[in-house]
Amino acid sequence: MKYGVNEQGYYGDFGGAYIPEMLYPNVEELRQQYLNIINGDEFRAEFNQLLKDYVGRPSPLYHAKRYSEKYGANIFFKREDLNHTGSHKINNAIGQILLAKRLGKKRIIAETGAGQHGVATATVCALMGIECVVYMGEIDMARQAPNVSRMKMLGAKVVPAVSGSKTLKDATNEALRDWIGNPVDTHYIIGSVVGPYPYPDMVARFQSVISFETKKQLLEHTGNELPQYVMACVGGGSNAMGMFYHFLDDEQVKLVAVEAAGKGVDSGHSAATTFLGKEGVLHGSRTILMQTDDGQVVEPYSISAGLDYPGIGPQHAHLYKINRAQYVSVTDDEALQAGLLCCQLEGIIPAIETAHALAQLEKMKFDKADNVVICISGRGDKDLDTYIKYFGY
Amino acid sequence: MVYGLSTKYNSSIDYGLWTIDKINMNRLNKLFSTKKDNLLSIYYTAGYPEINTTLDIAEALEKAGVDFLEVGFPYSDPVADGPTIQHSSEKALENGMTLNLLFDQLADLRKRVTIPILLMGYANPMIQYGVERFCKKAAEVGVDGVIVPDLPMYEYETLYAGYFKANGLSNIFLVTPQTSEDRIRKIDELSNSFIYLLSSSSITGGNLQVSVNIEDYYKRIKAMQLKNPEIIGFGISDNKSFSKACEYAAGAIVGSAFVKLLGTKGYLEKIDEFVKGIRP
Repeated sequence: MKYGVNEQGYYGDFGGAYIPEMLYPNVEELRQQYLNIINGDEFRAEFNQLLKDYVGRPSPLYHAKRYSEKYGANIFFKREDLNHTGSHKINNAIGQILLAKRLGKKRIIAETGAGQHGVATATVCALMGIECVVYMGEIDMARQAPNVSRMKMLGAKVVPAVSGSKTLKDATNEALRDWIGNPVDTHYIIGSVVGPYPYPDMVARFQSVISFETKKQLLEHTGNELPQYVMACVGGGSNAMGMFYHFLDDEQVKLVAVEAAGKGVDSGHSAATTFLGKEGVLHGSRTILMQTDDGQVVEPYSISAGLDYPGIGPQHAHLYKINRAQYVSVTDDEALQAGLLCCQLEGIIPAIETAHALAQLEKMKFDKADNVVICISGRGDKDLDTYIKYFGY
Repeated sequence: MVYGLSTKYNSSIDYGLWTIDKINMNRLNKLFSTKKDNLLSIYYTAGYPEINTTLDIAEALEKAGVDFLEVGFPYSDPVADGPTIQHSSEKALENGMTLNLLFDQLADLRKRVTIPILLMGYANPMIQYGVERFCKKAAEVGVDGVIVPDLPMYEYETLYAGYFKANGLSNIFLVTPQTSEDRIRKIDELSNSFIYLLSSSSITGGNLQVSVNIEDYYKRIKAMQLKNPEIIGFGISDNKSFSKACEYAAGAIVGSAFVKLLGTKGYLEKIDEFVKGIRP
């Protein structure tokens, strides 16, 4: 793969494993074993079986007719919202729990922002009968309360992260600290294409099922497996990387990644990393992150807890720098309006994260014959409170 | 072949000599060549609890007999630190501490303090400052070494080692009970002052519990006969844990326990008593 990771764990200038020595044995064990394990026949068979019978894959590729009419192109929704637990996060959680089992791990930790990755992790831990601890920012626990309850019902312990901005980055810090203290028996299921190598590559591989299926489905729908555009929202960037993965080498396919502008890119309340960030190191990889001139990480803001992250995965940083994908941003207001539109035109309540990708459609200029795939990364049930408050339903 | 070999040989000799020359000027190496045991080092976060007492604290520590100092430059996301040092970093940043300001404060360092000083912090602030510029500036104010827990060996070797060497700065690597023997050998090779031995795989601020396994670990390291001395850190908080650590290593580092002291009223006056409490 032209845009894949090299042996040192780098995508161009980005990636690597910037971790303290305390994490080295855990990460090194993963690095040495992940490819052998996940490429093994027996692993693949179990992974595929669970994706089919438990997650409900393949997720449909739905030709959104009213959207197509409105935006003057053939718009397809890749329906990750229909997965068990309501988002794409389950693909990676299944992959990593099977890996953890093969590494002989007895305990799972995870971080979560919107709670979707936490729920997915709690779910697969219940499925496998493994102890689960999820770190979640105190602020996120308040704004995503139903997901906190779901995790608890699934048997997970949810630990509030009370440091810093009390959101996703701080939950990630706490999970890393837990892992440092439990180096032998614990596996850390990172929820996005972030973290030290091999996480960004491993998570991308588990999520790549999204674009793998899309190609086949698009061929059935249109007679061509390649669309003109592929679009997805980006926080850390796991649904986007899964959606882009098998199209990366097809250079004619335009990739569009939508970041959260919050109250506006220049408002001081934003999470639009490629617009506001500089190169640096965050959570174990060299990437683009929002930071001060002194190298302190800036607290991001987005109404969407899943996009409220000051960095992006290192592969995204690379795709951005070399212009293989276009990175754009959408505000809270634009996203919420787009979410409501999707309810009313297609009968689908999207997650507010997903609504960011949908909002970008307003700003695109398509030809009538263009085929456009947009990743519906998650469903909006968890966001009803936010929608209701905003629109007053 | 012959040309290739001789060129390589010559250049490495030149570089080696020049490097050794520079390193010889480093206060850390002098310290370790004259004092082999019971070494006490103290860590504190610059800018905590007050913005302008960095050198006052250093001076008080030297007066109290501490052998060398680790001055932390704060970071917003210190993943290897427990609550005490996290809190001190947060407070220091609130107080306005930056690397620029810290280097300004350290401009008078060598007029007031003679013991070796290391800067300790995370990779991102250093990378933003510019690693080459950071190393030059550190050497200029009289800093002797740097500890950056999240700067990996590979990146250090391939990108930054030249800047450290050119400025006579020691880079300190960490070793945990889980670090493999091969890796420890490699770390020993890359080090030129001491190796920072973690008492356990943990974040800072825990308690040193010397279990059978930990004793085995210390003995295992001792038996490796490394060229660099070892200093034990993480979980050293009182005379008992300090003395225990000194049975196995050349000395020990106290961090969180001292940072806690800094959080109390009249901390400058209490430093002498604190240090004597650790090492009478």
